[in-house]
Amino acid sequence: MKQHPLNYLNQLEEEAVYILRETAAQFEKPALLFSGGKDSILLVHLALKAFRPGKFPFPLVHIDTGHNFPETLEFRDTLASETGERLIIGSVEDSISRYNLKETAGRFPSRNALQTYTLLDIIKEHGFDACIGGARRDEEKARAKERIFSVRDDFGQWDPKLQRPELWNLFNGRVDKGCNVRVFPISNWTELDVWNYIHSRNIKLPQLYFSHDRECIVHNGRYIATSSFTKPVPGDEVVVARVRYRTVGDMTCTAAIPSESSTVPEIISDIMQTRISERGETRLDDQLSEAAMEDRKKQGYF
Amino acid sequence: MNILKFITAGNVDDGKSTLIGRLLYDSDSIHTDQLGILKNQQDKSENNIDLSLITDGLRAERAQGITIDVAYKYFSTVNRKFIIADAPGHEQYTRNMITGASTSDLIIILIDARKGITAQTKRHASIGSLMGIKKAVIAVNKIDLTGFSESIFNEIRNQFEEMRRELFYDEVFYIPVSALQGDNVVQNSVNTSWYKGQTLIKTLETVEIGSPSENPSRFQVQWIIRPKTEEYHDYRGFAGQVQSGKYTTGDTVKILPSGFETVIEKLEKNQQEIRSAGAGENVVLHLRDAIDISRGDSIVMSGQEPSGKNELKAWICWLDSTPLQQHKTYTLQHRFRNVRVRVTAIDRGWNVNDWKFQDVSEIGMNDIAQISLKSGDLLFTDAFRHNPGTGCAILIDDTNYNTVGALMFLE
Repeated sequence: MKQHPLNYLNQLEEEAVYILRETAAQFEKPALLFSGGKDSILLVHLALKAFRPGKFPFPLVHIDTGHNFPETLEFRDTLASETGERLIIGSVEDSISRYNLKETAGRFPSRNALQTYTLLDIIKEHGFDACIGGARRDEEKARAKERIFSVRDDFGQWDPKLQRPELWNLFNGRVDKGCNVRVFPISNWTELDVWNYIHSRNIKLPQLYFSHDRECIVHNGRYIATSSFTKPVPGDEVVVARVRYRTVGDMTCTAAIPSESSTVPEIISDIMQTRISERGETRLDDQLSEAAMEDRKKQGYF
Repeated sequence: MNILKFITAGNVDDGKSTLIGRLLYDSDSIHTDQLGILKNQQDKSENNIDLSLITDGLRAERAQGITIDVAYKYFSTVNRKFIIADAPGHEQYTRNMITGASTSDLIIILIDARKGITAQTKRHASIGSLMGIKKAVIAVNKIDLTGFSESIFNEIRNQFEEMRRELFYDEVFYIPVSALQGDNVVQNSVNTSWYKGQTLIKTLETVEIGSPSENPSRFQVQWIIRPKTEEYHDYRGFAGQVQSGKYTTGDTVKILPSGFETVIEKLEKNQQEIRSAGAGENVVLHLRDAIDISRGDSIVMSGQEPSGKNELKAWICWLDSTPLQQHKTYTLQHRFRNVRVRVTAIDRGWNVNDWKFQDVSEIGMNDIAQISLKSGDLLFTDAFRHNPGTGCAILIDDTNYNTVGALMFLE
């Protein structure tokens, strides 16, 4: 007689809970990187499953780029207070002034590269030896190669050619002092899996993810919200459109998509029909080159 | 709907990347922007998409046209979610294949119909079997280039049927395919009317997986939940994943290595009380007696205890560029229990190409052998072949913390 395999969402949940507990057990000072996007909200939800009724054995760490959506920050603060978990905020603005960093040029600059400075500082300051992140392997092809326990050197760098073999579900998190490990519990989830899970577990998300009216600049066919960071200039096409966000990053470089979908099932049905990847559709910064993500990761990005 | 994890073994020359590309493409799992990038990468004059480029993720791999590391790819149909471990096929990347195989339920072995079974086929077949994979698909590729020859297909099948007697696959499927043209991958081919079996995708959708439920109960403590709050003052829950068997409230269990016996008072999952839990489930166990229990201790059904061992025999796959040093102390990680071990003897080497044991004096990268180990503390293992979850371990070099060996216990 064979045991009946678990439903696939349960299987993914079991795997993630297992990885979270393993991280807590193997490291002295882990942290959960919280961006305010759906994937990191999902991580918090999975951590509740792994550790309640105990407290999380790690704080939530948010790298605030200074270009966040106000809705993201509000959601972050509510989630932190509802769960009663500790929240540490790192400020990219501070890093910019401390290191005299130059903003990326262009109309819709991304602080993606700059946030690596803040992240590495926070890691050093608090002595974090593991950072749990919500990256998924289906997002991007450099990520498709990354381990679940991904070792970074003293400079936060990832060397894709020197990755530790990772066998079965035996994770080796031992590192020298100064090095740290990035842990990706939802590596094996796809965008659709995340949404199906959000639906089945009834997880609350920021309103940004659902259809709403928003003033946008239409730039090369993409909808960029107007804000104090992205002001329209003469000649811009500015419209109030019915949009939602498929990913939530910086206001400056995340595009909204026109959509009437205001419920999770409607969004799931959109995703099943779309032929464009989520980063491709919404991130202006990944399209610079084919290896944009690989290069950022090598330098210490998530 | 559940998940099937499979590994594809073969070289670019056998059409492995093309086959994966075909599966993703025909199942509508490739996003148009990613296809756009693929088109950019190619000669602009060419209209055809090179499906093989879909799978190569790193700049160095695209430049060299080879797969260096395992890449994970995802697609799903209405019946199943699939996770592909796309591993390189060349001999110098055996360790990557072992890595990909360790998490797979099924292996697709690609054979070029024109070349038939080669040393590489034997290597891939034996690694898959050694790593405990129970299901195999023999994809006889480039069948179009043989004029869709039934006799060539049959010959390969008969040869492999003969070979597999030495292996441990439960079930082997043979499918004539053309990854490039799509025959029998997602669509039944009109060119192989003699073939009465299912397409590759149908096979992947319907193959049965799962672990035998009659295995003894195995559970190691992964994490201890102790809130120490007013409300949960006395709460002490032992969290972990059931490796095999079943745990039910009221079961009498034994704690290893201490040997204390107690009773499961309560089982919890997501803070809900449940009556019983089976393999793969993360649960929190509450025990009747306050016994000193740490991470890595085993909680097993009384009467089903594995014996504690100081001396063990195991298969080893060596993963590191520095060869194994006998008599050096390594850390062995057996699930959540780390012990210090020494390799006391290399019993015999295994030649993955001709499937023969041979005497060896050294174990280097990609080598596979049987060894004897001595451990500082008792280990509670099962034979990998019977209970993979508690039959495997990794070896860690204490000087640089690298994972250097994959171990599969013989007992």
